[in-house]
Amino acid sequence: MNGPGSVVVVGAGLAGLRASTALRERGFTGGLTVVGDEPHGPYDRPGLSKDVLTGRRTAADTDLPIPAGLDARWRLGRRAVALDRVGRRLLLDDGTVLGYDGLVIATGAAARPWPGPGAPPGSGVHTLRGREDALALRRALTKGGPLLVVGAGFLGSEVASAARALELPVTLVDAARRPMERAVGSVVGSVLADVQKAAGVDLRLGTTVTGLLGRQALEGALLSDGTRVAARTVLLALGARPNTEWLRDSGLRLNEGTSGGVSCDRRGRALGADGRPAPDTVVLGDAAAPPHPLPGDGSPAHLGIGHWSEAVDRADSVAAALLGQECPAHETVPSFWSDQFGLRIRSVGLPQLADRTEVREHDPVRSRMEVAYHRGPRIVGALTVNRTSRLAAHRERIKQEWHQRTIPV
Amino acid sequence: MKVHVDMALCESHGQCVFAAPDVFAFDDEEEEELVYEPSPGPGRRAAVEQAVLSCPVRAVALDGGAG
Repeated sequence: MNGPGSVVVVGAGLAGLRASTALRERGFTGGLTVVGDEPHGPYDRPGLSKDVLTGRRTAADTDLPIPAGLDARWRLGRRAVALDRVGRRLLLDDGTVLGYDGLVIATGAAARPWPGPGAPPGSGVHTLRGREDALALRRALTKGGPLLVVGAGFLGSEVASAARALELPVTLVDAARRPMERAVGSVVGSVLADVQKAAGVDLRLGTTVTGLLGRQALEGALLSDGTRVAARTVLLALGARPNTEWLRDSGLRLNEGTSGGVSCDRRGRALGADGRPAPDTVVLGDAAAPPHPLPGDGSPAHLGIGHWSEAVDRADSVAAALLGQECPAHETVPSFWSDQFGLRIRSVGLPQLADRTEVREHDPVRSRMEVAYHRGPRIVGALTVNRTSRLAAHRERIKQEWHQRTIPV
Repeated sequence: MKVHVDMALCESHGQCVFAAPDVFAFDDEEEEELVYEPSPGPGRRAAVEQAVLSCPVRAVALDGGAG
């Protein structure tokens, strides 16, 4: 086998762990080093915005099990700061230089900070991405409300749900007309808005935060409609940006226009500036922008999806690509979920591409929904609420639809 | 090959049904209860392994261990 003698995995989260595991499962026996910028080994993030905040689960419950026989050398608490692709080495923040034959980029994403105006107050302002963030927010919430959540996407909506479960007053602000609108569209977003309001959330839509009040400790915020809301704690849930700054001078193609992720081919091989895939560098998880077919016009787009399922579904084909092994094309269908306000929201495909929403079932009494998303004549996504049993059939249709198309890149 | 789903952990993500639809299914539409074949044939191993890997709450176990 002409695979690499040594592999460095940059990123010790879900993607880094799954890539490492897949490399071993595919017979890689060389040296395996995993670099992670947090002091922890791999842990799972989805629970951080839900059960860890309410105290139903502890932070330790989110630990991801390390498979026996992984035999990795862990460099935790260390961040990669630069990559030299020609010399096949990378520089860590403590000055260490690590050489490699194969490289896995799995550095994930970071929460977008307060964009201004002005600097945020010294305390009371939170973002939520890592385990320490969740513990800090949990401590803040146990002191009482009110909580202001800026951004009503997945994260903001789930944290609002957790805070209402703790019986805290919650204001949820978003510039869009409906919560989670970008991910689920306006029809489902309207239903979610009603549920959130019924749960006691002070929902301020079509509204932005124009200023955070307080010099040392946060006191509240000014909104674009001229009102002022009091808050002891604010969560900025403004989305995430891939951690790819360290690759700025590497010659890899960063998808600046959309996500900032590393553009890659469908097997996860990172694209160089010339658009050609690198045989020795793959990318997985939130740092990756793989091509997805755009049903209806057949052209692929490099999208940073950012779902848990992306790291899981692509790990095997990424490992195969790095080892130079043949691998049947993994035809994945993205999926995401959100648990909030008693709703089990489950989705497959890319609903954000839709131009039409078909509500196939809506039972407000039992809080059930089944929705199909179409783009032109084709299905591009589906979503269920408390109705997962209906999802598999849609997923199959989406898979058939997409994979009739070949993706050239 | 023995399959076990910890129903206390299961949150109806459906990922196991996607990975191995002939092993896992939602039974009654009203209850949305997950049912599964506890002793699938050896030919289903790869699909069940995928179900184990893709379960977000790690509720699916193969041969009594997480492997």
